[in-house]
Amino acid sequence: MSLEDMDTPPSQPFANVPWPDRYQTLTEATNNPLLKAFYQAGCCDANTPLSQVPMVAIDFETTGLSATEHSIISVGLVPFTLEGIQLSAARHWLVKPKLALRQTSVTIHGITHADLEQAPDLVDILPELLGCLAGRLPVVHYRDIERPFLDVALRYRLQEGIQFPLLDTMAIEAHLHPDRRPTFWQSWRDQKPLSIRLADSRLRYGLPHYAAHNALMDAIATAELLQAQIAHHFGEQTPVSDLWL
Amino acid sequence: MHDALFLPDLKGRDFPRKMKIPGLRSVTPSGKRSGFKPAKVSGFMAAPSTASRFGAITHDQTVLSAIVLAKHYSIHSGGCMQAELIDIRNHLLQHSPFNEMPEELVNRVTETIEIVYARAGTELLRINDPSKALYYVRSGAVEIFRRSGELYNRIGEGEIFGAFGLLMNKHVRFPATVLEDSLIYRIPAETFHYLFEQDEGFADYVEIEDRSRLRSAVSRREKSNQLMTSRVSRLISRKTVSAPYTVRLQEAARIMTENSVSALLLMEGEGDQARLKGIITDRDLRIRAVTEALPSETPISEIMTEGLITIPASHYIFEAMLTMLHNNVHHLPVMNDHEVRGVIALSDIVKYESQSSLYLVSNIYHQTSVKGLKKISLEVRDSFVRMVNEDANSHMIGSALAGIGRSFTQRLLELGEEKLGPPPVPYCFMALGSMARDEQLVVTDQDNAMILDDSFVAEEHDVYFLELAKFVSDGLAECGYTYCTGDIMATNERWRQPLKAWKAYFSDWIDNPQARALLNSNIFFDLDGIYGETDFAEQLKTLVAQKASNSQRFLAMMARNALNRTPPLGFFRNFVMEEDGKHGKHDKTFNLKRRGTAPLSDLIRIHALACGSKAQNSFERLDAIGKTRLILDDGIGNLRDALEFIAIVRIRHQALAIEAGREPDNNVRPQDLSPFERNHLKDAFQVLSDAQKFLKYRYNAQIARNVS
Repeated sequence: MSLEDMDTPPSQPFANVPWPDRYQTLTEATNNPLLKAFYQAGCCDANTPLSQVPMVAIDFETTGLSATEHSIISVGLVPFTLEGIQLSAARHWLVKPKLALRQTSVTIHGITHADLEQAPDLVDILPELLGCLAGRLPVVHYRDIERPFLDVALRYRLQEGIQFPLLDTMAIEAHLHPDRRPTFWQSWRDQKPLSIRLADSRLRYGLPHYAAHNALMDAIATAELLQAQIAHHFGEQTPVSDLWL
Repeated sequence: MHDALFLPDLKGRDFPRKMKIPGLRSVTPSGKRSGFKPAKVSGFMAAPSTASRFGAITHDQTVLSAIVLAKHYSIHSGGCMQAELIDIRNHLLQHSPFNEMPEELVNRVTETIEIVYARAGTELLRINDPSKALYYVRSGAVEIFRRSGELYNRIGEGEIFGAFGLLMNKHVRFPATVLEDSLIYRIPAETFHYLFEQDEGFADYVEIEDRSRLRSAVSRREKSNQLMTSRVSRLISRKTVSAPYTVRLQEAARIMTENSVSALLLMEGEGDQARLKGIITDRDLRIRAVTEALPSETPISEIMTEGLITIPASHYIFEAMLTMLHNNVHHLPVMNDHEVRGVIALSDIVKYESQSSLYLVSNIYHQTSVKGLKKISLEVRDSFVRMVNEDANSHMIGSALAGIGRSFTQRLLELGEEKLGPPPVPYCFMALGSMARDEQLVVTDQDNAMILDDSFVAEEHDVYFLELAKFVSDGLAECGYTYCTGDIMATNERWRQPLKAWKAYFSDWIDNPQARALLNSNIFFDLDGIYGETDFAEQLKTLVAQKASNSQRFLAMMARNALNRTPPLGFFRNFVMEEDGKHGKHDKTFNLKRRGTAPLSDLIRIHALACGSKAQNSFERLDAIGKTRLILDDGIGNLRDALEFIAIVRIRHQALAIEAGREPDNNVRPQDLSPFERNHLKDAFQVLSDAQKFLKYRYNAQIARNVS
């Protein structure tokens, strides 16, 4: 999928939400026990330094780019802090899509119909998935996949969506390289635009290339990228609200 | 199924482990950890849910189906991640020691990894932090340092570090700093120990790694702490203050006062032609000029010290310290060939390293009574423990303690002469045994003797020397150096003889060797003059060096005696234990001195005598032996490592006892040693055992059965 065209998406204005209060309100508002437990676990205070924030890197493989038209087919996540990424607590699931798998996405993910035939529905893994997210700040590379897809999937299945703040490593790269598109002069000199894709962003920090593309490796790659970004550009003491979206 | 999973044959691999390690033992596939044991799946490596799932698999299924199955299950509940973590797993599989491991084991390792990103300059491991993990560099580079701050190693992609701390004492021994931005895989200590137990290849790999470190720690002994890493030139802080040797006493004193220096170099010649002729120190001024009330016009050349002991600028501070301790000088001119670079004083080294035993030594010389010396002697053990904790090696500790012992002896002789008046004839006070070898530890008795000038007349002079010997011997006993049970002390008339009598003793021992007599005089073949006419002792050393190498009977007899004490190693590489009174019947021990360092230094002495070497220290003797073709280089290296290792275990054992408030001794219980120490001790004892066989063969020595 090409994310190049989508790095300035029409995002909801989540950045200025008073998240701890919002979680409390949502805890009281929801009737779903899973969501109630998720919100009840709480959200860190806006001033919390990044070094104190428990995080979870999350990545979905989907059948397409539109949350309303496409489905999630796999979920990978790994909890981490700035101290380290715990592979022992990493999770990966295949989930059966509501809509048929298109041939193109099959080639991207290497996940076949046969793989998905015996996979559970997202609703079956939801208790464990939300359990992994509870009390942790989600981290993604490109914020307009995981949050909207999960929101739509929950609306479809629980008749209620989900809200949370997140850190977006792609948005951070976009912020760090505001002039990444070449000027007229530069494009004439055949200069390529600076890429803020996951793999390309990682290269700038000397992070290794990963051959495999599954939801879990991408989640790990994202967690590593965030560690590098904070180490290089922000520092552990930066308040989380400077970066959450 | 698990048996199948962990059988190495499954991958058809042979153990490429015939390599000869330049360390203590050659590694064979049939080590203690014989083969692979079936892994306990219910151990920490597998989550409980995984365990129960694996439990359901029947035994005849293949590895492949197990992995497929694992993947299948991960679809339903998460947990088994190896399929998705393939990038991480594959990277491990490409590098030692993981490339030799069953894939399934690497999968389990992968699942316990913690990934850390670290920027260049980050201190990843700090000295004495608890060792919690083995580190694997996924990308980037890390530098490993010695305790001294000296670069030890550079670790790049696919290499591991941190095993030493995990194996040794659970504390970081080698600090690590990130050189380039790095992605690091932290493999937790539990996984490390699990692998160490389960996988022989892994255990060998990390142990070999450490053995080579042990070897390098042993062979590069000069480098393990500050005194050993810095060169003496670092201590030179000012321009040399010198004067022509023709100046008068008053002028010399004025120059010293004006420049506030404690030593003045006296030069012969001018400009580039100037050569160091002598030195005068404020101590000389005090003692000689003031107490002897010399006229101020006295030529300085009359009281200056000539034939100076100097040190090349390229030497380490440690060597300067040993030179000072050994020669009882407090100032050392530092030379570049014939050019004087400066002068370093004892106090410079003390300032540089205030924790050092030199502080104690300089304090010894300030004492004016036996009582004062006794008080100071209480600090010897603290000084010893401190050196052990600072990771000094056995050579440095042995030399420092011998230096301290020498200083006590020298100061006692000075005090004795003050009390009894100047000696009627010149004499040399001689150290024997461990002090002469520079291998003294805290549990030691006094072994000494006096060589008197040949003009000695017993009826006239011996009253004085007996009094002096008694004064020193009693003083040493006060200071914790117990009387010699074999009565090898200058208080014994037999060991208080003129030089010609000593020459006759040695000639007799060498020319008419008798096993029993030699057993008792063994100790005289480690000798060193420490006070007075040290040249007398040098003459004896020369005599021994010349005579011994030509007397095969003498060498054979010495060798026979040296074979009486065997290492405590049984037929099956187990320790042979002894009962000792202190630990009681059920606590059996073995004696690291009697069955370790002593027989080793015995056999090293014999080879050194055969080579005609005048060296006394065992390590220096090994150097001398190495220059001949008597023993191959490998054998020399093994002996050196074995001696260092046994000595340092013995030293640590004593330091631990002191810290715990117990009386230090040489008896070690195997259960008090770490597995690492036990293994390497066995290796070291094996070296001793092999070396004894060679000794017997080389000198044609039959074992004396009735001598114990």
